[in-house]
Amino acid sequence: MTVDRRPQTLRQAQDNVAVSRPSSAVIELTDLTGIATLQDSGRRGWNKFGVPTSGAMDWFAYQAANSLLNNPPNSAVIELGLGEITLHALRNTVLAITGAGYEVENYIWTFPLWTTFYVRAGWTVRIKKTSGGNWAYIAIAGGFDSPVIMNSRSAYLRGGIGSALKAGDVLHSFTPTKELLKLAARDFDAVPRDLSRACDPQDKSCGTNLMPYSQTPTIEVIPAPQADWFTPEGIRIFYESEYTLSPSFDRMGYRLASLLSPSPAKVITKKITKELISEGMTMGSIQVPADGQPIVMMADAPTAGGYPKIANVARASLPLLAQCEAGVSKIRFREVAVEEAQEKYKLLCRAGL
Amino acid sequence: MLKPLGDSAILVQLGDAIDPALNARVHALDAILQSIPAVIETVPAYCTILVHYDPLATTYNQIKNLIEEKISQLDESTHRPSRRLEIPVLYGSVSGPDASTRLSTSLDLVASTLALSPSELIRLHSEREYTVYMMGFTPGFPYMGILDERLTLPRLSTPRTRVPAGSVAIAGSQTGIYPVDSPGGWHIIGHTPLKLFDPMSENPFLFAPGNTVKFVPMESL
Repeated sequence: MTVDRRPQTLRQAQDNVAVSRPSSAVIELTDLTGIATLQDSGRRGWNKFGVPTSGAMDWFAYQAANSLLNNPPNSAVIELGLGEITLHALRNTVLAITGAGYEVENYIWTFPLWTTFYVRAGWTVRIKKTSGGNWAYIAIAGGFDSPVIMNSRSAYLRGGIGSALKAGDVLHSFTPTKELLKLAARDFDAVPRDLSRACDPQDKSCGTNLMPYSQTPTIEVIPAPQADWFTPEGIRIFYESEYTLSPSFDRMGYRLASLLSPSPAKVITKKITKELISEGMTMGSIQVPADGQPIVMMADAPTAGGYPKIANVARASLPLLAQCEAGVSKIRFREVAVEEAQEKYKLLCRAGL
Repeated sequence: MLKPLGDSAILVQLGDAIDPALNARVHALDAILQSIPAVIETVPAYCTILVHYDPLATTYNQIKNLIEEKISQLDESTHRPSRRLEIPVLYGSVSGPDASTRLSTSLDLVASTLALSPSELIRLHSEREYTVYMMGFTPGFPYMGILDERLTLPRLSTPRTRVPAGSVAIAGSQTGIYPVDSPGGWHIIGHTPLKLFDPMSENPFLFAPGNTVKFVPMESL
């Protein structure tokens, strides 16, 4: 069976979820710290009822992990945040692990991220936290099976949808789309993106070059509907300050702190001070509450909010922001036009995955 | 007024107020936006609609033009009949067999703050029909209005850490029902035995934005 991996609309991808296919037990989680959940491309269609989209915090790493294994595009993967997982294979399989800030150990070998590797029944694989990121994506040949709730396998823990993975859990996967040996030892930086050429790791339009993970990223943003509520000085501070991620961050939101605070000069000031009537928002929306320090809404963010939004992170930059570490990262924002952001996102989807 | 919210959503603003007529226009437009193929989903709110679209299937300018076309087709004289729900409410506190099943409310306190008798408060709250302006806060929470102005109260200065599912509450000019146990800053005046959110059901939500709601006082649970 081959899978059509042409770019799909999100609606088409969503339709793949509910198809019932045979699955069987494949791995047992023997040890786990941090926060690990199953995530797919998100729960769409329920925002108007107040259900967040959820899905992977880093969509690029998520899609790459599935792409490396030729999985259907909406397949569920394990998202591991700020912790470690040890897993025990119950049958032969192939894993792909992507993301930033982790390394993979299989007894004496260490595997780089963004590759696939064959795992025999009985083997133990350990995903260890290092530095340089927050989230790892562990995809399995065929994709993980789990109950589909409201059209998605993504856990939304605050809403009681799905559950946090824990030691002792046995996970099931669907039948791989290709023989395991054909899926093993693939490297994201060397996968041919189209039939006419092989990928050269030096090529900027290839592999992980497309997503330059860094702890000093420039995050591209599009001005938001309330951008004109802020003073010119407030806007200037937003685009000229260096921010880092506050320690209290989660899948719901990233609170940013100006690296020069607490100086009143580094607070984003408003010229319109009335209350905003609650309106919808998205992953990447940057709200500025009364304290003048921005909060970026992430995957589990509420569907609507009442703080004015200064800007919205472009999809192409969301993975970079998602992998910024608390206290370590130095984040800057750069304004781009919506058309430019969309072109860049399309390129990433077509060239990278 | 249409403005981008990032590269995959567009905010449609029809006004700038919490107003039943404006909100009715929001829901009328929301219904006809669903036929645009690149639209993934919409979030109708008080006076805005956030349209989430697929940037791989369209561009900002294309979707903006399509939405503007729909706005021009919006005929204010034709109001769609909205779905009407009657919600049974036991106003006041519920005494269960033990302390853990007792659901307390602040009905008496709220009534005295408003200089009303509890029965007047119940009458004022239950005699009107409300519109579900929008949903959010927690999955399935309906923001409804508009309350009789004699029931207007600011929200609690310190939110409660746990409000049980089914609690019927008021704040400002609005009323709502907590669908799941959650923190909450509204004044609880009663409880409904109906389930507002069931993720495993084919229809997980009792309400939808735009519904008409009437509360019906119950004698006992």
